[in-house]
Amino acid sequence: MTDYRNSTFMFVLGAIVAIFVTMQSIFFLRKAWQEGKRRGVEPAVMRKAVVSSAVFTLVPSLSILLTMLTLSGALGLALPWIRLSVIGAVTYELPAAEAAAQAAGASLMSSELPLSVFSVITWVMTLGIMSGPIFIIAYFRKLQGKVKKIKVEDNRWGTLLIAAMFVGLISSFLGSALAGGLISILTLFSSAILMVICITLEQKAGLKLFKDFALPLSMIGAMALAIFYSGLLGGM
Amino acid sequence: MNNRTLNNEQYEQSIHRMGRIWMLLALLVILAVPFVISINYNVWPTFGALMGGLLPIMMIYVPIGIIEVITFSPMLGSGATYLAFTTGNLTNLKVPCALNAMEVTGIEPGSDEGEVISTIAVAASSLVTNLVLVIGVLLFVQLTPVLASPVLQPAFENILPALFGALGYLYISKNWKLAVVPVALMVAIFMIAPSAPVGILIPVSALSAIGAARFMYNRKMI
Repeated sequence: MTDYRNSTFMFVLGAIVAIFVTMQSIFFLRKAWQEGKRRGVEPAVMRKAVVSSAVFTLVPSLSILLTMLTLSGALGLALPWIRLSVIGAVTYELPAAEAAAQAAGASLMSSELPLSVFSVITWVMTLGIMSGPIFIIAYFRKLQGKVKKIKVEDNRWGTLLIAAMFVGLISSFLGSALAGGLISILTLFSSAILMVICITLEQKAGLKLFKDFALPLSMIGAMALAIFYSGLLGGM
Repeated sequence: MNNRTLNNEQYEQSIHRMGRIWMLLALLVILAVPFVISINYNVWPTFGALMGGLLPIMMIYVPIGIIEVITFSPMLGSGATYLAFTTGNLTNLKVPCALNAMEVTGIEPGSDEGEVISTIAVAASSLVTNLVLVIGVLLFVQLTPVLASPVLQPAFENILPALFGALGYLYISKNWKLAVVPVALMVAIFMIAPSAPVGILIPVSALSAIGAARFMYNRKMI
């Protein structure tokens, strides 16, 4: 019998989801581009945003791809492809799938995954992550209105508020990385030092490329150094 | 109200209307997946198994989902929020990507231009991730041994420190006064509970940063 997890039917579903996400992304890209022109943003600036975002995305996408390959052992290739193309995250999909498998009396480690368990997994992975989109449909407009009101009433505080939120987000990951063991700490500081080097190269040597691609370059460099540290310290 | 403000209002109305339509369509497409799988294979989950799997997941991810909207949407702006919350991977990809695009183009987050650049960044990022996943599906056999090789594992395991080290320097060097309280708080929490979930702590950290910012702002320290 053909493996139901890797059937043509499943890949057709995956293709439909991928086409939908592509159409939605193109729609928002066009809409923002037109609005950018109206707001006086130079096309060259918008092109720079596209290129730097595309380059930056490559490395995290490889990590998402790796999660897809990891999940494919238990769930086939099509379902992880579908799940990682839409709302969810690498940190969500595996625990959701495992919780569902366990509730159905199985495990993702099992060599055979009965169709009944697979069905439970697909429903749980899908329904478990719906709160964000539903909340957006119901309340996002009101929420955005409140943020805009703050900016209108006191623009300086509005700008500081958003900067504080960014710093808050970054601080939580800094804390997590600092508590993640020696390799994690070394990788974190290596990445920061590589960023300093990129900025210095741009400012002192006029190498603009290092400004435009500072983040992906620092990230890739730090990840390469993580391999080196791991070899040196033996996975501490 | 001047013309620019009026046009911005019209854009906001239009993006919320279209955003909601796209989000509803996305929910339908996403929900259709388990539904048509169940129809095609004629296998429906029992209520007990469904709830047994769903409840523990929802207890964690329902609050996280709502918190993510409240925390990330002011940073992302309207268009990017609608798109990012359909295509996912917010903390590890879409939010840093939008931040990076605004930094590279020298445009201030939360500004009129920031709304545009953030949406462009999230759209470009979603298209690239989509393409990478399609290539991954097509080249599954060839890519698996490379990406899953033990040599590369430390690199992928440390992707978040590699991302937030550089991003942290960039933002904290510019806003170091804003960073003192949240960084100290997060380091203290993670020292006590190293495996604490970051998703839950993001709003705690953001709130502490906002509280500290307001304190300093009121006293004209920033």
